[in-house]
Amino acid sequence: MTQFKRPDALYDAPTHYCPGCGHGIAQRLVGEVIDELGLRERTVATAPVGCAVLMYDYFNCDVIECPHGRSPAVATGIKRMRPDRVVFTYQGDGDLAAIGTAETIHTANRGENLTVIFVNNAIYGMTGGQMAPTTILGQTTTTTPGGRGRNREGGPIRVCELLSSLDGVCYLERVSVSSPKDVGQARKAIRKAFTNQLEEKGFSLVEVLSMCPTDWKLSPAQSVEFVETQMKKVFPLGVYKDR
Amino acid sequence: MSTQTAKILMKGNEVMCEAAVRAGCKFFAGYPITPQNEVPEYLSWRLPQAGGVFVQAESEIAAINMIFGAAATGFRCMTSSSSPGISLKQEGISYIAAAELPCVIANVQRGGPGLGNIRAAQSDYFQAVKGGGHGDYHLIVLAPSTLTELYALTMNAFDYADHYRNPVMILMDGILGQMVEPIVTEEYRPLFEPTEKDYILDGCKGRKPRIIKTLHLQPAEALVEVNRRLVAKYKRISSELKLCEDFQTDDARLIVSAYGITAQVSKGAVLQARSKGLKVGLIRPITLWPFPEAPFVKAAKTAEKFLVVEMSNGQMIEDVRLAEQCLRPVEFFGVGGGWYPTTDEVLDAIEKSYPA
Ligand SMILES: Cc1ncc(C[n+]2csc(CCOP(=O)(O)OP(=O)(O)O)c2C)c(N)n1
Repeated sequence: MTQFKRPDALYDAPTHYCPGCGHGIAQRLVGEVIDELGLRERTVATAPVGCAVLMYDYFNCDVIECPHGRSPAVATGIKRMRPDRVVFTYQGDGDLAAIGTAETIHTANRGENLTVIFVNNAIYGMTGGQMAPTTILGQTTTTTPGGRGRNREGGPIRVCELLSSLDGVCYLERVSVSSPKDVGQARKAIRKAFTNQLEEKGFSLVEVLSMCPTDWKLSPAQSVEFVETQMKKVFPLGVYKDR
Repeated sequence: MSTQTAKILMKGNEVMCEAAVRAGCKFFAGYPITPQNEVPEYLSWRLPQAGGVFVQAESEIAAINMIFGAAATGFRCMTSSSSPGISLKQEGISYIAAAELPCVIANVQRGGPGLGNIRAAQSDYFQAVKGGGHGDYHLIVLAPSTLTELYALTMNAFDYADHYRNPVMILMDGILGQMVEPIVTEEYRPLFEPTEKDYILDGCKGRKPRIIKTLHLQPAEALVEVNRRLVAKYKRISSELKLCEDFQTDDARLIVSAYGITAQVSKGAVLQARSKGLKVGLIRPITLWPFPEAPFVKAAKTAEKFLVVEMSNGQMIEDVRLAEQCLRPVEFFGVGGGWYPTTDEVLDAIEKSYPA
């Protein structure tokens, strides 16, 4: 049965996210899963640098705010010292797949027993809409005014595909929060990424395709459309690894 | 190796590791770089043996951020590197200092700038003492000059870090790291009563959630308040923790000042100068931050000149000038890039600088 009660893992606080932004949905799902599994009092979360930096104002659990891209390393330090606690990182695409690429790959490769929630909105939200490593070809951003790919920017990095070859990785799934059906699947994937950690299975990452109306310069409805018609083509949903 | 007291031959890098483990260090993350490779190598087996965790990180950036996380759990933790790697750690060091978390960072300095070389140097003094990373912060910087002192100061470093909730840097160099001396492995004796660590992140069971953060946006004065708190802490550290060795300065006409291995060499030169009838003394700062000004102020009243010896182009000399308030001329002997002074060379410099 669907519950519309606020999860205990989230404070009763308005967020600073823009109308139509996907971060609020993704965080709500994480909060619900933490409640369901009864993990709030044994969870340590890492906040990224990016739009979600203030997540400690929303999550009712211990949080450490990390330097840009370094959450997986910080989380490694916490989890290695407290293997009995539940540690998750919550990161944007710039954080996880540009400045923090090395930390992402090596944390995954070591098979750290962590849960990573990776919000891919194909843009740098917090700094005002510059190109992200996941910006799709042709997408205009404030630093790709002619569309990505015109100026040797390369193509979008597909994180799940990239990480799927690493032996240390336990679970990779790409989901979306652009439709109610997708949200349901996203919730399942997030739950699995947490239960994997409880079962000490190793590194689990859920990539969440997410809307950024403000920096895409689209309406919330058009943004949903962009995820459905553009992003899902470049970033196919599904399970990339499950071991 | 047992935990008992013994006299054994050890390399400097290993001495530091053994002291760290005995002082209760439970986490180390680092990345290989000469001349400190014995540190990760030794700790890779010694730390697990003592119930701790060793991680070879993918970079110095990752290593310092693992320390950030480990420090947040309240366990004693440490990283080490040499000059280029310490440069990479600076972002993380700034965050750890801002978050006021305890940890120990060792810099086994090598020649620079750039990739430099793998000979010993003291060219990272500014970086260690004046900031290094962004923002207004201070590390407590300790400069051992013998392996016995390295052993003791490493243990103390963990105590200072916890006591002041501040990162502590052990500023050594490739010679100290690589040299071998017999060392008495004294038992660890804490300097302070342990205080409750009320910042630890371990899940919020039975308490309110805790946040460790360094972003302070609202209200506009929030970050100013954080800075004021830091200033107050740094003032307190400055008033409580200034360590220095004052050697034969009472009647000295020339004061040599040096730290670390250079001080050990200079001490030999001072003794030789004394045997030649020259009135020479040595001031050896042990804490480089906070810098021990008082002995310099005192010496400037009677001595006529200072001579600073460093394996750098002249960095600590600026603090010596500030400390003695330009009352007496301060001369310099040294250069960076992996140059080592011999006792004879320092003696020669002493004779040249000696007041007429
Ligand atoms: C070392 C460093 N470089 C750059 C920045 C500036 N910065 C803040 S957020 C951000 C991009 C965040 O984008 P992303 O990770 O995709 O998250 P989003 O804001 O889109 O959720 C950048 C470049 C910073 N804070 N630190």
